[in-house]
Amino acid sequence: MNTRVELRRGMYRDSVVLMQVSQAVAACRGVAAAIVAMATPLNIEIYERLGFDPAAVEGASPNDLLVAVRAEDDALDVAAAELERQLAPAPTSQADGFGSPPAPRTLASALRHGGTLALISVPGQHAFVEAMDAIQAGVSVMLFSDNVPLEQEIALKDEAARHDVLVMGPDCGTAVVGGLGLGFANALRPGPVGIVAASGTGAQEVTCLLDADGVGVTAVLGVGGRDLSAAVGGRSTLAAMKALDEHPATEFVVVLSKPPDPTVAETVRAAAGQLSTPSLVAFVGMGQGDLTAATAQILVALGRSPTAPPEWSAPYERAPRPGFIRGLFSGGTLCDEAMAIAAERLGPIASNTPLQAAWALDADLRAPGHLMIDFGDDRLTAGRPHPMIDQSLRLERIAEEAADPACAVLLLDVVLGYGAHPGPANQLAPAIAGARDSAQRGGRDLAVVVSLVGSRSDPQGRDATAEQLAAAGASVHLSNAAAARTAVDLIEGGGR
Amino acid sequence: MIQLDESPAMVTVGASLFADALTAQVATPRQVQWAPPVPGSEADLAAIAADVRTHAATAESVRRLVTARPQWVDVLPAREALGLGPREFLHAGPPVAWADASGPIRGALAGAMIYEGLAENFEEAGRIATRGGISLEPCHSRAAVGPMAGVVSASMPVSVLEDGENGRRAYCTLNEGLGKVLRYGAYSPEVIDRLRWLERVLGPLLGATLRQRGPVDVRSLIAQALQMGDECHNRNRAATSLLLREITPDMLESGARSEDIVAAFRFINGNDHFFLNLSMPAGKVAADAGRDIPGSTMVVAMARNGTEFGIQVSGTGDAWFTAPAPPVKGLYFAGFGPEDAGLDIGDSTITETTGTGGFAMAAAPAIVLFVGGQVSDALANTLRMYEITLAEHPFYKVPILAFRGTPTGIDATLVVRSGVLPAVNTGIAGREPGVGQVGAGLVVPPMSVFVDAARALARRAEPRGAPGALGMKEPS
Repeated sequence: MNTRVELRRGMYRDSVVLMQVSQAVAACRGVAAAIVAMATPLNIEIYERLGFDPAAVEGASPNDLLVAVRAEDDALDVAAAELERQLAPAPTSQADGFGSPPAPRTLASALRHGGTLALISVPGQHAFVEAMDAIQAGVSVMLFSDNVPLEQEIALKDEAARHDVLVMGPDCGTAVVGGLGLGFANALRPGPVGIVAASGTGAQEVTCLLDADGVGVTAVLGVGGRDLSAAVGGRSTLAAMKALDEHPATEFVVVLSKPPDPTVAETVRAAAGQLSTPSLVAFVGMGQGDLTAATAQILVALGRSPTAPPEWSAPYERAPRPGFIRGLFSGGTLCDEAMAIAAERLGPIASNTPLQAAWALDADLRAPGHLMIDFGDDRLTAGRPHPMIDQSLRLERIAEEAADPACAVLLLDVVLGYGAHPGPANQLAPAIAGARDSAQRGGRDLAVVVSLVGSRSDPQGRDATAEQLAAAGASVHLSNAAAARTAVDLIEGGGR
Repeated sequence: MIQLDESPAMVTVGASLFADALTAQVATPRQVQWAPPVPGSEADLAAIAADVRTHAATAESVRRLVTARPQWVDVLPAREALGLGPREFLHAGPPVAWADASGPIRGALAGAMIYEGLAENFEEAGRIATRGGISLEPCHSRAAVGPMAGVVSASMPVSVLEDGENGRRAYCTLNEGLGKVLRYGAYSPEVIDRLRWLERVLGPLLGATLRQRGPVDVRSLIAQALQMGDECHNRNRAATSLLLREITPDMLESGARSEDIVAAFRFINGNDHFFLNLSMPAGKVAADAGRDIPGSTMVVAMARNGTEFGIQVSGTGDAWFTAPAPPVKGLYFAGFGPEDAGLDIGDSTITETTGTGGFAMAAAPAIVLFVGGQVSDALANTLRMYEITLAEHPFYKVPILAFRGTPTGIDATLVVRSGVLPAVNTGIAGREPGVGQVGAGLVVPPMSVFVDAARALARRAEPRGAPGALGMKEPS
């Protein structure tokens, strides 16, 4: 075995591109381990976990590209060549034409040539400046970036109000504008419902459940998870509600959030009461109903009778299972909702995004009892792709849980749509089958429950994905609440 | 407010995955080719963007720059125009003391001291300067600019450029021609003799001509020259010809002796760079119009003295941000090579600061024969400069870019964000005093001066909620 570790100062590629580079290098024959990533603390931790020498990356900054490969002696050069091939900039036809401009380097430059909506996903510490460019050019912003400081969020939203544009975010995962899905977005049919969402996966869950009942949307306007905090005061929520109210095609306005600051909640409810369009304000969370129930309320308000969300259930034994639920999520709101449902019946659920401070997980993300992890949380995504794109951390953890005798039920979410992994079931189905097999060998019947978020038109195929996961032994539910309840039932031995 | 009915025209910055996802939905997003800013500058850039004044102040700076109307109104002795005393000397670039001055500046100062009768020779001039017998000041501190060494002394005639918009004035010496000339640090008798001729014959003749005929519209000459293959920094052939066409009848009518008029005509006609010394103060008077607006991030001066490269920014007053002057990469005259070259020098970067020179290189493809490179480089240079500038010049147009205005008004923060540095065309001075010009080429300014400027702007930033000093409204 031979190791090559290298820091390339000032070289930058986005985390999704680097994930693909890492995978291509790791796939070379004779390569035992490879990481190509920006040298963030999180990525250095992974680097060390892969057994590389910490001393070799001392003094690295997140602006440096970290390259580390361990391979059989003669394979190292082949891997190095593959690395260079992967990192070589794609030839752009733009820059070499006679008089055709090079690609813009900033949003300020790009927007001089038009544009009506900017989608920003640069690392959080750089997002403010780009977003300011757009707002001051009179262009609305979808700000996918997370790790944006609170005072910058407020400054952006105040500036947006002065320019009469909307800031969706920061940490806004999904939006649908003018029929176009932005960020992680499901392929939704046009319809009468306009959604303002402080919760990305919450909006995806609701719109996919509406889709299952044949109801579409005019728009989904994300506002970012902190918009309804006391500090931000619902600045974007109120602006988005107004935009939808003034939009003739929107017949019903939905405001969707985790339980907000009480004063802000009052303001939002009061604003909803002033709209000329019928509306529903759904603050979902512990004791306040779930997303599936909110969807049913919307359908009823539209004069429809809700049908039960589709499920592809597995024939698990109904006897109680000794052990605990381990929930591994990519969607924050899905994780919250599952925790709220499980905690009501099972008590404390340890988490990196706990319902109560006392239930917080340590940085190693381990706990002996029930636990649910949101792999999409800010602290787990710095310098790496979102778990909806890169499933590797979750796949690792599935294998670990399979080996843990305390794990009785695995609860997973799978989010489909544009931007998400093109074939998540191709990785998850074998992982689920493998986990069940290895548990079986240890004498356990490991139950796996999947909360599937997808529309019938999503590029990955909603039903095909469900069938593939069900065939691997999972119980698959389009309703996240139903999935969570099924998981609890499997622990308690109740249910249908 | 956000448009909900039409499919939005998307611009994306960040993960290419999201642009791909839009393409999959049959949208055609334009993706920014983003990279992080210069490491360590993130907080400063954010503080500047958060300053309520930045956007409007910077827009106002560049508006004033591009609407300036530089006119050549007079030629006067420097002692009159600039108030220079007998022992006061101006030089190019940021401030520098004799002890740190480059060869060309020392040579030019010595020549100017000989010319003013303060010294007999270089050695004596050096002794006087060393013991503080003269006072030194940058041209920029007196609303002047000087090519290369940029040395100005009291007796030298200077052109007076006036901004027709606001009456502001800027000054520059008369161009001496190529070869052994003071501005490249030469001080031999022929150099001094030429300076005396400029003082006694050409200066008074041009001054009388201008006072009699009225102002020459320099902005219009630059606009025309850009369409005739000049970039008005290292190529001024068309502009010089246009200028002669403009003033010759007036020189003839000035009442001067006909042999002086003929000599003046021959001198200007024989010096393709004569117009440079008008293009530079035209830039200076425009850049100064954009000066001193609190919060503005626009660069109002780039200048070098052969020791340091420095910039000034509108929002930070007279502060210079400096770094060691870089070497120039280019072509050398026969008999010279890189070992003979001094470091980057001169105030002529005022052209790049105001949308001509390297920034207008696409208008001057023939320039590559002088400064090196390919014609495609000339085009690419101009196109790249749009990334770091605030406006397209409303009067200076580039035919081959479909008459797009030249990239004008450098935003220091865009330089730091994009990593794109200003493209500068320049001459190369010999490193030793007395040698003169040895070549011409391209120079890359040091990034650190822009980073330092951003730091200073960030320190002066007023966070949101603070009262605005300018009281300007956002443009609607």
